[in-house]
Amino acid sequence: MIHKFKLRDHNILLDVNSGGVHIIDDITYDLLDHIKPPFDDKCPQGVIEELSKNYPVGDIEECYGEIKELYDEKLLFTEDDYERFALTSVASPIKAMCLHIAHDCNLRCEYCFASTGDFGKGRKLMTFETGRKAIDFLIKRSAARKFLELDFFGGEPLMNFDVVKQIVEYARSREKECGKTFRFTITTNGMLLDDDKIDFINREMSNVVLSIDGRKEVNDRMRKRVSGSGSYDRIVERFKRFVPVRGDKDYYVRGTYTKYNLDFSNDVMHLYDLGFDQISVEPVMAEPTEPYAITEEDLDTIFKEYEILLDKILKVREQGGHINFFHFMLDLDQGPCAIKRLRGCGCGNEYVAVTPDGDIYPCHQFVGIEEYKMGNLDEGTFNEDIKNEFAATHVYSKPECRSCWAKFYCSGGCNANNYIYAGDIHNAHKLSCSIQKKRLECAIMMQALKLMDTEE
Amino acid sequence: MKHIKTINKANLKKTAEKGGCGKCQASCQSACKTSCTVANQKCEKDA
Ligand code: SF4
Ligand code: SF4
Ligand code: SF4
Repeated sequence: MIHKFKLRDHNILLDVNSGGVHIIDDITYDLLDHIKPPFDDKCPQGVIEELSKNYPVGDIEECYGEIKELYDEKLLFTEDDYERFALTSVASPIKAMCLHIAHDCNLRCEYCFASTGDFGKGRKLMTFETGRKAIDFLIKRSAARKFLELDFFGGEPLMNFDVVKQIVEYARSREKECGKTFRFTITTNGMLLDDDKIDFINREMSNVVLSIDGRKEVNDRMRKRVSGSGSYDRIVERFKRFVPVRGDKDYYVRGTYTKYNLDFSNDVMHLYDLGFDQISVEPVMAEPTEPYAITEEDLDTIFKEYEILLDKILKVREQGGHINFFHFMLDLDQGPCAIKRLRGCGCGNEYVAVTPDGDIYPCHQFVGIEEYKMGNLDEGTFNEDIKNEFAATHVYSKPECRSCWAKFYCSGGCNANNYIYAGDIHNAHKLSCSIQKKRLECAIMMQALKLMDTEE
Repeated sequence: MKHIKTINKANLKKTAEKGGCGKCQASCQSACKTSCTVANQKCEKDA
């Protein structure tokens, strides 16, 4: 399978199954519309006749020769023979966990998938006791995995920070005896960040996600305090204090764009101007009936906006600056192995979420969906059938993904979104797919330009 | 080649043979999370 596209005066050709990326000229681009394997030695006469309206015959034949050569070397139209890996590498130890440390929040963001913090289940904080059981569960279920990931999530985790500290301390105390290393991460809206918490987070957490949507009017329209006023002024002040002392540890500022700010490249640039260079801004996921929801009719605008954003980022780079826009990051040479790419997030199989009640779900987005509740820490229950169902969920078990050019970059999308918006974890959520593919094209383009630069 | 310029190592196939060790980070594709999708992840297999 191949995929080709035009962007910024370049034609890009992706050979899906080998991961090969090529820059091609217009003749090659058009020729590829007419030919596919198996290839004869000579370009079919009909094709030459058709294309010779626009191109010299000699060039068409030359192009054909190059395509055939790459094909013969197994660099183009390579076979998709990964399904056997999907079928053999199945059940896995659990190596990552999302701890819903607080089902409560001090903001009332309109688009919150957690129903402004409580996941529709009433406001509640996790106790240390439950956190301890979660750590024990993770250690036990992780088998031989050495690195364990634990994400403190909410609601707003800083509302229960003493328990965060206790859990970190407990997990660290067990590292040696169990031969494990914990990597902690936390996602916060920043309202309660103070020097003490900043200190602790910088010491213990390998990644921190700071939520902010961008420009003040954009942020404050959606990310409101309980009183209804905006959160921008306060969180910007906190984040600006936090990031400079973060050192070389990872962080992201991450925002959500909605129908209200389809010109989100301005928000990315705004965040950059504030002094943040690790940035992720992503489309809101919502029922199409919500006024802020992104719908099909917004796609053209969104596609253009990603191109505008690409231009802006490249410009910053030309001027010696640096923005790491999360969705344009891609390593064309050394990304994860093909097997990892077949499944993506690993939710319900390698990754689970735990609520303040000790309920276990496949991931944070499944929390509250009874059908997918996997068990409970207090009751000591865990439904292996659900785990097996997720273990068997990969790009080859999803009909749309099977034939999708983006499958090894997208890995089959988000199972939770598929379930919530497309009715089944195996059904691709078309809107997400469209956006995903556009972002990928931009990302591939950006990396292609980079590689061309370094060659010159 | 004159018309086609290959710009990366097309090595996905090779990674399949030796891959799948599971040492790398979990990754969430969704808009609400730790911002770690698959495509930009690092492989952490021991060399
Ligand atoms: S660490 Fe590397 S080889 Fe192992 S599963 Fe992850 S990407 Fe594949
Ligand atoms: S979820 Fe959509 S974009 Fe992703 S691999 Fe499947 S069909 Fe392709
Ligand atoms: S199902 Fe979606 S939200 Fe859950 S871990 Fe996977 S990508 Fe993330």
